Amino acid sequence: MVSLKDITTIKLAEAIKSQQISSEQAVTYYLSNIKKYEHKNAVLEVFEDALLKAKEIDKKIKARESVGALAGVPFIIKDNMLCYGKKCTCASKFMEDFVSPYTATAVDRLLKQDAIVIARANMDEFAMGGSCEHSAFGACLNAVSDSHVSGGSSGGSAVAVALNMCSFALGSDTGGSIRQPASFNGVVGFKPSYGTVSRFGLVAFASSLDQIGPITKTIGDAEFVYSFLSGIDEHDQTTISLPISNSKISSLKGLKIGIIKQVLEIAQNTPNYSHFKKIIDVLKNCGANIQIIDMKEYDLALPAYYIIAPSEVASNLGRFDGIKYTKRAEQAKDIGSVYTLSRTEGFGEEVKRRIMLGNFCLSSGYYDAYYKNAKRVQKLLKNKFDEVFKSVDAIILPTTLGGAFKLNEKTEEPTSMWAEDMFTIFANLAELPAISIPNGKTADGMPLGVQVACKKLDDLKLLKIASLIGGVLNV
Amino acid sequence: MFSDYEVVIGLEVHAELKTKTKVFCSCKNEFGSEPNSNCCPVCVGMPGALPVLSKEAVFLTIKAGLTIGSQISPLAVFERKNYFYPDLAKAYQISQLEKPICVGGGIKLKSGKNIRINRIHLEEDAGKLIHKSEVIGTFIDYNRGGVPLIEMVTEPDISSAEEAVEFLTKYRRNLIFASVADCKMQEGGMRCDVNLSVRKKGDKKLGTRTEMKNLNSFKSVQRAITYEAKRQIEELEKGNAIRQETRKWDDNKNRSFTMRSKEEAEDYRYFPDPDLLPVRISEKTITKAKAELPELSEQKRERYVREFSLPKYDAEILTNELDTALLFEEASRLTNMPKQVSNFIMTYVLAKKKERDNLSVFDVISADNLAYIIKAISTNELTRPNALMLFDMVCFTDKDAKSEAVKSGFISKLSEAELESVVDFLIEQNAQAVKDYKLNQVKVENFFMGQLMKQTKGKADVNKGRTLINEKLQKYKN
Repeated sequence: MVSLKDITTIKLAEAIKSQQISSEQAVTYYLSNIKKYEHKNAVLEVFEDALLKAKEIDKKIKARESVGALAGVPFIIKDNMLCYGKKCTCASKFMEDFVSPYTATAVDRLLKQDAIVIARANMDEFAMGGSCEHSAFGACLNAVSDSHVSGGSSGGSAVAVALNMCSFALGSDTGGSIRQPASFNGVVGFKPSYGTVSRFGLVAFASSLDQIGPITKTIGDAEFVYSFLSGIDEHDQTTISLPISNSKISSLKGLKIGIIKQVLEIAQNTPNYSHFKKIIDVLKNCGANIQIIDMKEYDLALPAYYIIAPSEVASNLGRFDGIKYTKRAEQAKDIGSVYTLSRTEGFGEEVKRRIMLGNFCLSSGYYDAYYKNAKRVQKLLKNKFDEVFKSVDAIILPTTLGGAFKLNEKTEEPTSMWAEDMFTIFANLAELPAISIPNGKTADGMPLGVQVACKKLDDLKLLKIASLIGGVLNV
Repeated sequence: MFSDYEVVIGLEVHAELKTKTKVFCSCKNEFGSEPNSNCCPVCVGMPGALPVLSKEAVFLTIKAGLTIGSQISPLAVFERKNYFYPDLAKAYQISQLEKPICVGGGIKLKSGKNIRINRIHLEEDAGKLIHKSEVIGTFIDYNRGGVPLIEMVTEPDISSAEEAVEFLTKYRRNLIFASVADCKMQEGGMRCDVNLSVRKKGDKKLGTRTEMKNLNSFKSVQRAITYEAKRQIEELEKGNAIRQETRKWDDNKNRSFTMRSKEEAEDYRYFPDPDLLPVRISEKTITKAKAELPELSEQKRERYVREFSLPKYDAEILTNELDTALLFEEASRLTNMPKQVSNFIMTYVLAKKKERDNLSVFDVISADNLAYIIKAISTNELTRPNALMLFDMVCFTDKDAKSEAVKSGFISKLSEAELESVVDFLIEQNAQAVKDYKLNQVKVENFFMGQLMKQTKGKADVNKGRTLINEKLQKYKN
């Protein structure tokens, strides 16, 4: 009998298809872990129909009917993705009773492969935050420590994968929301190139930066799941198809890997710098050609991000107004109070902070100084990365400043929380594919990650390079 | 005092495009459906839903621009206009600000004055609030939400209510003839905002302007302009300043009211919609739109004069409305008698149309029926009085004119023998008239013709009847 503990998605799919194990057994196993780790608060709701679906798939497999590539494989979705007939709350009180009227394309593509969605995962409210403490339904705790944060915003998804609550999970990444929690919980988190996975049915945070991606145990699994997620969607005009990979990379030898000088300067002052340095040494020993890249624009990325993202938030979240599907404040008497009271009661602090910031940045008289300039910075960054990827195959950098921080450590200081995104937002602004892979632990045992990024649409090349690096790191 | 001032007017005109679907989803673009029946996650602003731009809407916008000589932008951008209102499902309207689809253009008035057009952009319409008196509360119908709307903005070149109405009439006619929009005012298919200021004649500087909203007919545009110009001049004469504000026109009270002042004006926080990529419009698309653009009113007018030798006046009447032109063209094609068709339409059909509101000439009569009536008159299959009676009978109905004529006995002709016996009978009965024949042949023949028609209830063939009467009376000639 195959052991389910830490089994990869690829192996599980094979095992179910070859009837070494049933989907029912797999679902039961993961559900038992959800129960076991209930106190982590990684999961907001278990879908009751999961076991039933598993039995159906098992029946089909037994009857030798044709089934999809992910037949019977249980996965968890972040609670900002719609799945028809099921609740979707974005971890917000405002959306507590919202039932999805349709299914998100990314979720649908997995369901079409006969994967089974078993639960929805906790997150920072409306995906805003880097600790999963901004969930209206309580913080999600770190997979290895009950006193540390899980990271965010896809904290629940990362913890669920780390603690075997599912085979893989979907997260969304607007400024690092897949990669940072993956890093904090010792799993793989992949943010694909912007546009390669449909956003249709993903509750929008910052539309020009949001991207759905897989959180998995291995890089191979990330590639496997991504192969089903990606592709043009007629419902999302920003989707693009992935070019066919002609990369012939087979070893690290001679591979040109860049390190951004400005990143290095920040990383040098962090306690876990030695971990990052060790990788560089390993890569050098493997024959990789390490290059230092001077990128003055890098320091502008964080402020630009915290203008662009909130601006889009301010507009995207206008539809949550107490009129249609969000909760209406009980004391609301007229149209004005329906809006103000409902939104005041419905949104959490972090969400309100960003809405106000965004409205300020877009308001007349400030638009040019803030939003337009931020978009200009974004363009500069994109151009710079285009240039960089002419001379290197990939860039490497730490995923985070350090390991997961303690609960409540940063909630009082929003900007220090924002600074957590220091090493991840460049990929969203420049629309690049980036992946975080586990890279050891801090002195107090908290997982750390290292990040690799490639040129836009070089997702398959990135996954190949990441797996070579993972190979020498034993990921 | 009014003659010391000049009025400066700019118009913003919204028209709903005649597309099959809404502009950002595949829901039907249809007026009058069951509330919220033409809706989907996209047009009711469900979380996670994304807009997908309708190519048809862009294409029709290009056509609208071509009718007024706009430049078509090679790159158009959609932006979000953010504001809260329950009929606006997403709390933002997808519109265009900096890079509209059509730039520039103009419409020439009869006086020769050119009214310059600033732009036409494409945007989505909002839903509709329904207030019901029998229940407390307001309902929202999102059927109209997401219907494609083009907004045309003029330069401040218009200087009177009459010019405004002439301009609007021509613009509306262009959109209708180009099959871009139906512009049914009573259904809200065309709406107009008026920006108006006044200044002392000779002043270079424009005065402070007000914006009037909610003008749903050309009549209200005319009345609103007259009212507002008078109000502003009177304010200035009293030594008061004009407040920059938005005013709402009330058709029933025949006056406008302050809606909000400049200080209360919304800040729409426009920014490019990240869900929609900039639209590239190729030369090929523009060429295709040009090729597909149907003949517009003025082109038809010129052609009718040239091809059918119609008087200019007739051609103008026939081309005022698309349906009239189409009825004329179709009936002319069927009969090959354009002049007769034109006369019949102008004399009878248009008069009939005026009897009822908001109807098309095709509701009055079909081209087939009209063609039949005109042909039947010319071949004497019907007498003219019967033809007109028949026209009255088939108007506003689905009835077929020919079968109605048969049913009513209009064309069940008398046989030669029957005709002869009637003529004989009449001659026998009217001895005095027969006697008078030698004195005035024409008068007596006409008298017998009238008697014949009366006796046969119009069933007699006019030509045969006249010939027969003439033959029979020959012997009384001397």
